[in-house]
Formats: sequence, C-alpha cells, structure tokens
Amino acid sequence: MGLIRRIAAAGRAAQKAPARPEPLPAARWLKRSLQIRHVDAGSCNGCEIELGQAFSPVYDAERYGARLVASPRHADAITVTGPVTVNMAQALRTTYEAMPEPRLVIGIGDCARNCGAFAGAHAVVGPVDDVVPVDLHVPGCPPEPDAIVAALRGLTGR
Amino acid sequence: MTVLVALGQAVLLAVLAPYVLGLTRAVRARLEGRAGRRLGQPWRDLRKLLRKPPTSPSDASLFFVAAPPVLLATSLLVAVAAPFVATTSLAGEADLIVVVGLLLLGAVALALAGLDTGTAFGGMGASREMTIAALVEPTLLLSVFALSVRVGSTDLAAIVTAGATDPASVFTPASALAAAALAIATLAECGRVPVDNPSTHLELTMVHEAMVLEYSGRDLALVEWASALRLTILLGLLANLFAPWGVATHLTPVALAIGTAAFIAKVGGLAALLAAGEVLAAKLRLFRVPELLAGSFALALLAVLAAAVLG
Repeated sequence: MGLIRRIAAAGRAAQKAPARPEPLPAARWLKRSLQIRHVDAGSCNGCEIELGQAFSPVYDAERYGARLVASPRHADAITVTGPVTVNMAQALRTTYEAMPEPRLVIGIGDCARNCGAFAGAHAVVGPVDDVVPVDLHVPGCPPEPDAIVAALRGLTGR
Repeated sequence: MTVLVALGQAVLLAVLAPYVLGLTRAVRARLEGRAGRRLGQPWRDLRKLLRKPPTSPSDASLFFVAAPPVLLATSLLVAVAAPFVATTSLAGEADLIVVVGLLLLGAVALALAGLDTGTAFGGMGASREMTIAALVEPTLLLSVFALSVRVGSTDLAAIVTAGATDPASVFTPASALAAAALAIATLAECGRVPVDNPSTHLELTMVHEAMVLEYSGRDLALVEWASALRLTILLGLLANLFAPWGVATHLTPVALAIGTAAFIAKVGGLAALLAAGEVLAAKLRLFRVPELLAGSFALALLAVLAAAVLG
C-alpha cells in the first residue's frame, strides 16, 4: 500500500501543454492519431534518451495522440536517429518498406541530417536522406524533448 | 422487438468498446502522473487505420486474411446474443457454451493467423495464446456453471434474470468464489496484466501483440476493435453475472434506458479498477502463468462444489 501513497504524493508530473504548433500537411490524413516506430540507424543514443523523455510522464507526447508501437506494420511514421551505418542501411530500408502507405520518415538529431561528428567515418553510409526519403527533420545534438514533441504535434495537429 | 434490442445492444457495445479501452489508458496515465490521452483516442486510431490499405506478408495464406473478420464477427455475435443491457434478447441463444465457444473460435482464428505469417514471433505468440486459452476456457465454463446450478440452466439470460429479480440470491459463497475465478479468467482472456502486457514493446514477453505484429491498416483496425470488444464483453459478463442490478428484464423504454446506463456505469467502473490494478501489479513470468490459472480453476471448481452442496 506504500505504492498508493507514493502515487498520491507524486501527483501530476506532466508539464502544462505549450501552445499548439502550426499543423503540417500530413496532419490532414493522420487525423490526430500518429503511430511511430523508432529505428536507431547508428546513433550515439543521445537522441534515444531525449526521445524516451518526450514520451515520459513529464513531456507526455501521448496526450497529443502520438504513440510508439512495436511493429513498422502498425506505424504511420518511423523516427530515425544517427548517421546510417553500413550494417543498418538495409535494416532501415526494410523497415521503411514494411510500413503501409501513406508513410512518413522523421529524422531526429543533427546526425540524421548531416552525419554530425561521424561524417566521413568508414562505417557510415551517409545521412538518412541517402537511404530513405525524409519528410521532417528535428534539428539538435541532441534535440530537446520539447522540440521532438513540437514536431510530433505538428503531425498530429493537436 | 427482441431482435431490435439485440442489434441495438451489439451497436452499443461496438461503439462503447474503444471508449472502454480509452478509459483504461486514461486511468493508467493519470496514476502514472501523465496528462493522458482523451477517451476517444482509440476511436481516432481506428478511424485512421480503417482508411489505410492493409499489407500482407508474402507467405501468408487465407488464414491471415480471414482472421480479422472472423475475430470481429464472433465478438459481435456474442454482443448480440449475451445479456448485457436486457435479458430478453434472443431467447435460448445466449447459452454459456455457445458464448465461450464463439470467444474461443475468435482466439483460434487469430492464433492460426499468427502461425500463418511465418515469422518467429507470430508462431511464438500463437503457441502462448493457445497454452493460456486451454487453461482459461475450462475456468470460464466452470465458474459460470456455479451460477447455473442455482438456476438450473446454462442460458446466460436465465442466470442474469434470476439474479436481477432476486438480488439477494447473488450473495452466496459460491458466487464469491466464482467471481474471483471469472475475474482472473477475464484478465487472461483479454491479455491484461498479470498474464500479458498490452502496452509492451518487448517481443519476447508478448502474447497477444506477437500474433498481430504483421497486421496493418484495415486488418489491424479490425483486430484492435475486436480485442476492445472482447474486453468489453467479458467485463460486461462479469458485471452482469455477479452484480445483475439494473439489467432490463422487460422491454419498456424506461427499463432499457436504465439497463443501458447501468451497463455503461458497471463496465466503466470495472475498466477503471482493471487499470488501477495494472499500475500496482507486475506481469507474471510466463512459466508462473499456469500456476495462476490453475489456481483460478481450483476456485471455480470449489464454487461449483459449494453451489451444489450448499445450494
């Protein structure tokens, strides 16, 4: 019963919702519902920590209609982090092709756009755009959870 | 008139089911300190999924395509026949064995589809689902038999009518044991904590989710809708068998309105309780699940014995 007391003491951890960002064109067919599959194409895991925070009780991206799912078949969008490494290039392509259409790709972090500190490394194929078409970039190294949540809200339109 | 009421009841359950799912998620989110999504979010997800064309794995056959409609159809049939809002629905059709059989037919269809995908996780989920189903179905039957001893019929409508007309007769030791057994069976059948975790992303711990990993678009919408409907059906049966107050026993508009309101309130209360329990409990290790289910079967057996001996 200590758990119930702690739940009552913790109360609400979620921060107040910031102002709603401008909806993106894709919000029209998403209709306030966005299922996301995450692919780590070779990141340093900094972006994963921030993405995890975006879905934590404090930032709570789920309240805007976004949800992480367990299969690309269930997903409307994949979030991709990191420069695409040689070993992950085919896996990323396969994941993209496994998604039913219409489908979106969200690049998260500077590495996804221009390989960041890993540019030119021998195991790196290139930025995400070289492997699958990217619809939306969230800049930052790593991007703050607020920036990730704002991008997702632009897609869900809420 | 009875046909109209039965169809109306099925429509009510079909519309209500995603909201029940939304309610469990909202309660859970609130207890975790989140703001939580709106109650209608599962409906938004379904609406979007219904418009996406489904994909099919290259090795899949008819079973994969047929499973979602079969699953939804069996659930809708139960929603038509069983006594949720009114006990006067199609007389004699709501037999316990038919209802359990229909629920099992849906589960088997989905398990076959899981095998049909040819993926490792699909087969693993199907094998686990069938293991659990084999242990749960006897409990489902036996716990309701404990109530049918008193009434002398396995017709669910007759059992609920007897309870609604004589509320005191529900409070027996046999009912308490049967309620506990049926509650555990409901958790297992719907794939909730502690048997399965519906929000898991870890394939190795999945049961229900592992079977539906390959579904997408319209097919996925049907599977998710049917799963929500099964949860609503089992919560509704649990509520109406052990707290049959407010169920309409006559076909008057007032009785039907009270029946509808009572049903929504009861299922909502049970769903909130389920979500609160999920926050406090952890999922059981897979090899411990048979122990829990054997325990619930023992409770159901004791309930039948108590009903037969004590009357």
